[in-house]
Amino acid sequence: MAEKNKSMEVQKQEEIQVDGTERMRARATFIPRSDIYETEESFFVTVDIPGVNEKNIDITLEKNTLTISAMSSHDAPEGYLRSFAEFQAGDYERSFRLSDKIDRDRIEAVYTDGVLKLTLPKAEEAKAKKISVKTG
Amino acid sequence: MYRTFGPTNIWRELDRMQRDMNSLFNEYAPARLRSAPGYPAINIWRNDDGLFLHAEMPGIRVEDIEININANELTLTGQRSMDELPEGAVYLRRERNFGKFSRSIQLPFAVNVDKVQASFKDGVLNIALPKAEAEKPKKIAIKS
Repeated sequence: MAEKNKSMEVQKQEEIQVDGTERMRARATFIPRSDIYETEESFFVTVDIPGVNEKNIDITLEKNTLTISAMSSHDAPEGYLRSFAEFQAGDYERSFRLSDKIDRDRIEAVYTDGVLKLTLPKAEEAKAKKISVKTG
Repeated sequence: MYRTFGPTNIWRELDRMQRDMNSLFNEYAPARLRSAPGYPAINIWRNDDGLFLHAEMPGIRVEDIEININANELTLTGQRSMDELPEGAVYLRRERNFGKFSRSIQLPFAVNVDKVQASFKDGVLNIALPKAEAEKPKKIAIKS
């Protein structure tokens, strides 16, 4: 048997309802894959949300919780029947807890080619301050 | 083999058999979502005039995708490159994959290769594949 190329996994992970509350829309909800990295200046959050119109993306930051939610839609061609399906349109939702203080007024979000990239600059007082050691 | 306490209930046995058959057939039913055997995940829409193929490929540049068609086979090849990180960046979480991919799909009928169109929007690749003329059913006039 040929070896499977495991370098790129494809399955979208569906959200598991933990506390029993249901969403109002009866669509599948997916947890989008994300990368988070930080530099001294800011945090960067990159989220894979393909098939979304940028008007349908909601990003909210409450206290220290950042929530990204989006609704994907697939243009089903008129008059065609779906004969093979490996992915479906659904909602995306994910929340992150951010530890450092973020400068909320300077948060930026860019959506290109199915990837949402958020830049969250750190607030001045949260940046690491260098403390100089005096010889006494 | 398992023991049943009490007389065998015929109807329950039949129900169980039906459920087993259903679950066996569910694996092959086209309407249900299947797990994709390779990247990217694909949806195919079909009617008498041709096919539409949608592939979810977020974060891939158009120049990194290659679509090859021959007779009844469509091959998608490409790669997703890593994001360029600014100096001194430290990853806190890394879930997105990068790398090369290649996937071949057998088409159910021959397509008109010259009329195939592909577009890429919001991370979803759309390919329109009209059926080849030779495959379309022809009306035959009856001579009397």
